[in-house]
Amino acid sequence: MSVQPLTLRQNFVAVTQLRRRLPFLIWIALAVIFFVLLAVLFAEQLAPLSPNTQDLILRAKPPSAEHLLGTDQLGRDILSRLIFGARAAVIGPLLVAVGGFTIGIILGLSAGYLGGNTDSLIMRWVDLMYSLPGLLVTLVIVGIVGGGYPLAVLLLIIYFSPADTRIVRAEALKQRVLPYVEALRTLGIPRRQIIFRHLIVNVMPIIVSYIFLDFAFALVTLSALAYLGVGVPPGVPDWGRMLFENQTLIFANPWAAITPGIAIVVTAASMNLIGNWLFEVFAHRTEVRM
Amino acid sequence: MTRVWLPRLIVRRLLVLIPLLLVVSIAIFGLLHLVPGGPVRALLGDKVATPQTTAAIRAYYHLDEPFLIQYWDWLQGVVQFNFGRSIRTSQLVTDAIRERIGLTGFLGFYGFLITACFGIPLGIIAALHRSSFVDQGIVALTVVGVSAPAFASGILLLYLFSIAIPLFPTFGPGVDFFDQLKHLTLPAIAMALSAVALIVTVTRAAMKEELQKDYVVSARARGVSAREIIFGYALRNALIPVTTVLGLVFVHMITGAVLVEVTFALPGIGSLLIDSIHAVDIPMVQGLVLVAAVFIVAVHLIIDILYAVVDPRVRFGRVSE
Repeated sequence: MSVQPLTLRQNFVAVTQLRRRLPFLIWIALAVIFFVLLAVLFAEQLAPLSPNTQDLILRAKPPSAEHLLGTDQLGRDILSRLIFGARAAVIGPLLVAVGGFTIGIILGLSAGYLGGNTDSLIMRWVDLMYSLPGLLVTLVIVGIVGGGYPLAVLLLIIYFSPADTRIVRAEALKQRVLPYVEALRTLGIPRRQIIFRHLIVNVMPIIVSYIFLDFAFALVTLSALAYLGVGVPPGVPDWGRMLFENQTLIFANPWAAITPGIAIVVTAASMNLIGNWLFEVFAHRTEVRM
Repeated sequence: MTRVWLPRLIVRRLLVLIPLLLVVSIAIFGLLHLVPGGPVRALLGDKVATPQTTAAIRAYYHLDEPFLIQYWDWLQGVVQFNFGRSIRTSQLVTDAIRERIGLTGFLGFYGFLITACFGIPLGIIAALHRSSFVDQGIVALTVVGVSAPAFASGILLLYLFSIAIPLFPTFGPGVDFFDQLKHLTLPAIAMALSAVALIVTVTRAAMKEELQKDYVVSARARGVSAREIIFGYALRNALIPVTTVLGLVFVHMITGAVLVEVTFALPGIGSLLIDSIHAVDIPMVQGLVLVAAVFIVAVHLIIDILYAVVDPRVRFGRVSE
């Protein structure tokens, strides 16, 4: 029994409100992600123009029938560039989220299940990485050494993995003491099999919800890098880079500067909403099951 | 015995930090050798590579010596705040940083202040009205906040409050204190937005947890007023995790400053870093990164000490170690 500063009736109202309201927001978020994925897959068909076609007569023009969101400094169509930019906005963050968790699962499950020296060694590394501003480190290394987008993605995978390790470890610690693990151990199942066949399945729901949250954060970080001129090669449409290129047009064609920012925020917010929602759903489910 | 814990704690932490800083400084020095084309090319900048200039550079930077000797020479300069001269502008790195650090510091403190003044109260309000419209509204705002990188929110704020509704100047750092305050308000808000979201989330979660604890129940049973329970009991405990995250926020203000200084065309050390990276101005990058590293380490030291001050359990745990 928990005592809260809310009455029973207020709690009941809140829960029913949550049921009715949350899916609505989630529907919007899912719709946003659906459209972004459409843009990724069918950019050629959806975009009215090629993203790199320059029209030097129609430079930095506000929206018109021909260019729905106007043009940038080089006369390129903003809408087409936004649609093509969805690719860079999905592929990199997806690699970072999945890659970070691949490392996180291996280290986190080992640390959480094995404990002892393995645990303290892994957690020491995690603590060290936690104190680094990853965006700055990536910025300096990629900026100086070169290596572009692939290196930036790789460094971000390394930067994301400590947080993922910590999440998986906490979950593994919770699972480790449950009867099914004890049963497996009594049956003489090898440790490796317990970890990577049985524990992993029960940790997966939490990981899936965090992959969405990581995706959102990776999108924000990668577009910040692109904005600062590190990452996608020149010419490839990227929302962060577009924002940088077009911010001086804020008087001539404000849409050129604002819409890439909106695209980043809306996509990231949708992924965050879905991730949070999945987390609540999964957390609730495991609670009921136990 | 417990009276001398603070100096002891500081000394112990410093002993850990010195090797850490050494490792970081080796990495920073190593940057020079990671430049494509090698260190001589990097140090030449846009000068022509004649045998004379190449030889002069090799001699001046001791490039023919082993790596560790080069590092040692460099480190001796660094501890005396001598990072060499910028390749791009030939200005002393120390002077360039000194000129610009004030603006970034101002911006960082301003952003931090906004974060603390809005983040903590909003988090408390959300926790007190859990699952209500107020709570859900605040949570929705945090989702937008963590999804908005500083440059995207910066450009939106710039458009809304400088161009559509001309309340604030569009760019520049301002001249005196109040002018600067006015010029840096939008950048500071842009930078603080995602940090506010983070602080709200942490405060809300910590406060919710504390309010469910037994000591709150017993205080309520004894008839302690709601105000006393919230501010005198629950908040004090909830602030422990918040303190840690506030420290991290301070560190992330550096990242925010880099982005926002580019968006708002501010001459701080963030925009200096970007310009230097694009110009492969190694001495300047090294100086700036080292300043950032020392700052981060100092913040972590302060968090550790504050943590021990705020939470007696940490203090006693450390002393009995």
